[in-house]
Amino acid sequence: MPQGPYSDKVMDHFMNPRNMGEIEDANAVGEVGNPACGDVMRLYMKIENGVIVDAKFKTFGCGAAIASSSMTTELIKGKTVDEALKLSNEAVAEALGGLPPAKQHCSVLAEDAVKAALEDYKKKQGA
Amino acid sequence: MKRIYFDHAATTPLDPRVLETMMPYLTEQFGNPSSILIEEGGIPHRAVGEARAHVAALIGASPDEIVFTASATESNNLAVKGLALANRQKGNRILFSDIEHYSITNQADFLTGMGFEIDYIRVDTNGLINLDDLRKKASEGTILACIMYANLEIGTIQPLKEAALILKERGIILHSDGAGACGTIPVYVNDLGIDTMTLSSHQFYGPKGIAALYIRKGVRLKPIIQGGYQEMGYRPGTENVPAIVGFGETSRLAMEEMGTRLEHLKTLSGRLWTGIDASIDFLHFTGHPTQRLPGHVSFWIEFVEGESLLMWLNLNGIASSSGSACASNLMAIDETGLKASHVLTAIGVPPEICHGSIAFSLGKNSTMEEVELVLSILPGIVTKLREMSPLYSKFKETQKGGM
Repeated sequence: MPQGPYSDKVMDHFMNPRNMGEIEDANAVGEVGNPACGDVMRLYMKIENGVIVDAKFKTFGCGAAIASSSMTTELIKGKTVDEALKLSNEAVAEALGGLPPAKQHCSVLAEDAVKAALEDYKKKQGA
Repeated sequence: MKRIYFDHAATTPLDPRVLETMMPYLTEQFGNPSSILIEEGGIPHRAVGEARAHVAALIGASPDEIVFTASATESNNLAVKGLALANRQKGNRILFSDIEHYSITNQADFLTGMGFEIDYIRVDTNGLINLDDLRKKASEGTILACIMYANLEIGTIQPLKEAALILKERGIILHSDGAGACGTIPVYVNDLGIDTMTLSSHQFYGPKGIAALYIRKGVRLKPIIQGGYQEMGYRPGTENVPAIVGFGETSRLAMEEMGTRLEHLKTLSGRLWTGIDASIDFLHFTGHPTQRLPGHVSFWIEFVEGESLLMWLNLNGIASSSGSACASNLMAIDETGLKASHVLTAIGVPPEICHGSIAFSLGKNSTMEEVELVLSILPGIVTKLREMSPLYSKFKETQKGGM
């Protein structure tokens, strides 16, 4: 059911978010916030042999932010770290059937969360 | 799904009794009220006159003090620009309260460009204008002050009478945007001492596309559009007769039924207020606790984002509104259009917290059953959204750590 400017896919992921929650033994955690609207996205990943075997999120934000987080976890699951690093905000928005122009920044937030989590992973690997 | 409409601050449904009075003027009585010498024009002409009398009576004005316009936005523009231009020789300072509607505040650039100077009157945390600040800013050269009567986002009703006294002794004109008040609560322009006031038909069960500006006799105001002599020249253009007739009828009904409507709204919103207060923690009501619109309950909830809350309520059949940045301007061309509500920031709600704000505005047809249903649904949505919120889990951890 489309609602206002949101696509069916956005509404689906908003109403039935995939992979919502935390990963207890995550080895990659990234949290980003958007000062423009106060949204906060935290992404958890479990990475084994360079492959993202599990991903979960917690998000404080609007419908687009929640849908972007949910879609992002689906897109990165099973991907290698290098593949996930290439995930663009456009790809997230496209997978959601598009976002209203004023909400594009929510997909940017998702891309940033992935990058932040993978940076955390690399830091932990290095240590 | 049966909808629960708790967004009367946005607009109200047209009363079927009002529609009935409009129908003849949408069909057989199509004449132009200016064609007064022919029968086709004479009947609509009289109907417009009768409607004007009803609207005037609603606020205790006389009919020749009422000018019909097409929207509250237009009325506010006619008032501010018209008063500014007509009173220029007296000074160039104009005051806006900090919580005016966009149809007032967004005139600032235009007016500044014309050489006027805009200053702002502060409000307190309940949204009441600070009268000391008004005294301070109503300085030499100030010609006009704009103070809305009731705020539709936080429900607060302003102490207009006190403000009017301060302004009157300094010869400053007072315009009040009464769109949120007129037709809902008693408004008597003479008792309040205001000079011009905006009224909006669709805010109280009348049709959209019609509003009015009350202009006290003797107040100088220049029309901002030029044309013929309709509306005493203040607002040229062929009259929207069916809408004017509907506006008249809805005003008549509002006067007749105001007592019962007020009582009904107070009972329902009282229950909604206490019910919400009892069932949700970390919730903050906004606006003044008692000097507020009946039927209006507004609040913000910590760790819950407003748009998500609004959308979940909607999916459950409940219509509400949010002052959250993300919900405020969803159709904006880019994210620069997303700003936390200036009303909420003015009353001191931190911008990142404004996101959890919700307003329920009830109407004359709302029922206690609907209130109970909302009370049974809201806490579950709040819990669901908090479970998703990283801010809430962090908060819970610190709570645990602190104990």
